[in-house]
Amino acid sequence: MSEPQRANAATIDLEAEFRASGVGEVLDELDRQLVGLAPVKRRIREIAALLLVDKVRRERGLASRPPTLHMCFTGNPGTGKTTVAQRMADILHRLGYIRTNKLVSVTRDDLVGQYIGHTAPKTKEVLKKAMGGVLFIDEAYYLYRPENERDYGQEAIEILLQVMENQRDDLVVILAGYGDRMERFFQANPGMRSRIAHHIEFPDYSKEELLAIAELMLSEQNYRFSPEGRAAFARYLEARMRQPHFANARSVRNALDRARLRHAVRLFESRGRALTLDDLQTIGPEEILASRVLARPEEERAA
Amino acid sequence: MHITQGTFSFLPPLTDEQIKKQIEYCIAKGWAVNIEFTDDPHPRNTYWEMWGLPMFDLTDAAAVMYELNECRKVYKGRAYIRISAFDSSPGWESLRLSFITDRPDDEPGFDLRREESRGRMQRYSIRAYATERPMGARYGR
Repeated sequence: MSEPQRANAATIDLEAEFRASGVGEVLDELDRQLVGLAPVKRRIREIAALLLVDKVRRERGLASRPPTLHMCFTGNPGTGKTTVAQRMADILHRLGYIRTNKLVSVTRDDLVGQYIGHTAPKTKEVLKKAMGGVLFIDEAYYLYRPENERDYGQEAIEILLQVMENQRDDLVVILAGYGDRMERFFQANPGMRSRIAHHIEFPDYSKEELLAIAELMLSEQNYRFSPEGRAAFARYLEARMRQPHFANARSVRNALDRARLRHAVRLFESRGRALTLDDLQTIGPEEILASRVLARPEEERAA
Repeated sequence: MHITQGTFSFLPPLTDEQIKKQIEYCIAKGWAVNIEFTDDPHPRNTYWEMWGLPMFDLTDAAAVMYELNECRKVYKGRAYIRISAFDSSPGWESLRLSFITDRPDDEPGFDLRREESRGRMQRYSIRAYATERPMGARYGR
């Protein structure tokens, strides 16, 4: 009996393989720690399934080419692209697709040189450092600057493409950036688009999701909202989301940092009073309502 | 004449897979891997030309293989290429492992020179036939 035939005869326990790989834990963690992002999570599950089945097939002697796993994450600021990339390295490592669980995060400055002949060694250095793991290029479109025809970014792109094509087993490249600019980048570099198998779009968060994120962030730092504080933050979010330069989870984090500051000031100013442990942890409505974001609409109304 | 030097000199030439395994071993030990080449095969020629800097902060052998292949693109068939690994744990870089990965296609070998000296003393020296030509024009092409 040949090798594939014998494998046919025996049943394959995919469930056991799945448990043994430890990917389930990473996926569950992803579900727990990242609010929303349903399409992203679905896509990651798909990729995990593909890799798991591929691994099982390989072990049973069914030859197949290793899948191309270069990815592109597009989405507005603060939608969790970097966080997900970090998890991606974890998943790929557990499935044995990359050899070391590492994510080398770079931007244009790390790849592109200052003068002629500087770019190639610099890019190669970064690529070599990332080999065996994941290379995460944030705001990848800055690599390509059409307005300057002597820009060295093109050189970095060419080297990148070459390694992405020839050393697929050694390196997974994840490009990230804002959707519209990424689109323009790919239009100018069709070779790049065709070498990327997975285009994952990160949707904006809804108000409820942002509120859940805020609570998650606070609980990580041993804070919590009082019920009124929570309601006030919901109002804050509504107002903030309408303003320009809203950066999703990043804006939430900044708002919470400012709230913590006001919280500390409030406690400090009432220091004659005895404090309870609860006071130290609870962010009340005062902290949120003092925000400029909420004040402005009222001023406008008054005017 | 098949010239051997360094670790594994008693073995047939290593395959790429074997080279990669050795590099993995070096990296796991925390050694910096370096690629060198020369077209002077004399055993006393210890200072070979360096292909770039030693690779200090790598975690994966694929990167060294990438550089080795880059070096081969330029020097394969025209020079000897070797891989050395340096250990810095004593406080200075010391050579731990060194082996030849590539040789010129045609190795003419050495000329043994005998020199009459005082009395009936005989002095010997060896000289590679290849070094009769200037550097860069010694092998192939």
